[in-house]
Amino acid sequence: MDRFEGTSLDCLRSTRAVFRGLDFTLQAGGALVLVGPNGSGKSSLLRLMSGLLPQAAGRLAWNGTDIAEDPDAHRGRLRYLGHLDAVKPALTAAENLAFWAGLMGSDPDTAVTPALDALGIGHLADLPARFLSAGQKRRLNLARLALAPAALWLLDEPATALDAETTDRLRTLIQKHRDAGGMAVISTHSDLGLSGAATLDLAQFAARGGELNQDTAA
Amino acid sequence: MIGFRAILMRDLRLALRQGMDSALVVMFFVIAVVLFPLGVGPEANILARIAPGVLWVAALLSVLLSLERLFHADFEDGSLELLALSPPALEIVVLAKVLAHWLVTGLPLIVAAPVLAVLLNMPADGFGLLLLALLLGTPTLSLIGAVGAALILGSRRGGVLLALLVLPLFIPVLIFGVGAVEAAIGGFPARAPLLLLGAIFAGALALCPWGAAAGLRQALE
Repeated sequence: MDRFEGTSLDCLRSTRAVFRGLDFTLQAGGALVLVGPNGSGKSSLLRLMSGLLPQAAGRLAWNGTDIAEDPDAHRGRLRYLGHLDAVKPALTAAENLAFWAGLMGSDPDTAVTPALDALGIGHLADLPARFLSAGQKRRLNLARLALAPAALWLLDEPATALDAETTDRLRTLIQKHRDAGGMAVISTHSDLGLSGAATLDLAQFAARGGELNQDTAA
Repeated sequence: MIGFRAILMRDLRLALRQGMDSALVVMFFVIAVVLFPLGVGPEANILARIAPGVLWVAALLSVLLSLERLFHADFEDGSLELLALSPPALEIVVLAKVLAHWLVTGLPLIVAAPVLAVLLNMPADGFGLLLLALLLGTPTLSLIGAVGAALILGSRRGGVLLALLVLPLFIPVLIFGVGAVEAAIGGFPARAPLLLLGAIFAGALALCPWGAAAGLRQALE
């Protein structure tokens, strides 16, 4: 059973404390929904979990091992979805996806078509991505999740710009991922209706003092 | 290595589709060199004397011109953070992007250089060495430039900052690159400057991917 946990995490953006003393635990098959007002640190927490942003204090551990000890292994088991869609306008939808498939070590020839179909954009495969709408680019970005299994999904507001039907597809995708033993951390402002998901409200960890003490910041 | 190939092929394909980058760099190189006969005057012996230096300086500036874009497009559209989180190490990502950059900008410069050397009346003895020195020198410029390009990510006026950061580091390549060509023209052995160029290339190949990757991590925080 995989287990991903964070203990007394502090997050610092330049000298401003975003949140402090945050704990979470995630078991295989679990989902954690991050809620909170703008600026409460949902995106920062996801970046912390991905390893892009180092935490100011506290510990992030995968099965008890600090993720900073083996960043290669951590990168290998996670899929991150940020605010930007990372779509190259000069490449077709299929070529965009084939690149990420190749990078993850799965076979682009077999992985790309099912992934596009999973998000309902199979008919756009040969269209240059500069002709895609904002929602279609979002779907193309989400299709990366369906390319190859990964243990941990970190999704930063995945439902932005999606229509109701695609939000259903996303929910199905997340459910299938969890049924296979995967974990998902999702920041959102709208209720995605995930079954059995824990909710973490970041407002309660807001750093009230503003600046962190020197000794906790070190 | 699978990741290395995927990034290299993608960058080459993007350069091919968007086309202009490579052509612009070569056109800048040609125009910069052509300005010298106009400014210095058409005396053949003066042009021949300054030809190696002019070609190298123009090549340096052409590479500099293209460096700002090296990581910028990927940084802006979010690809860079996904690349940083994908299985290949960031150093490999940097190396693949630098190789693509050199194939798209450095190689066309090497092809254009002999034509411009004829234009400047450079003695024929120097042609072989000019090509060899550029072949050793331009990948070094791409590698050193990658560190600068990573450091300026997210800053305003990045282009000017990049020039200030990177041009001083290009000086050794310039000195030994010109030295090799002038040695060949003067009938001296060019072995020493070539070996030094090779040493700088080897050093840059070993160190710059780490430096650039550290810069990228900093930019992505």
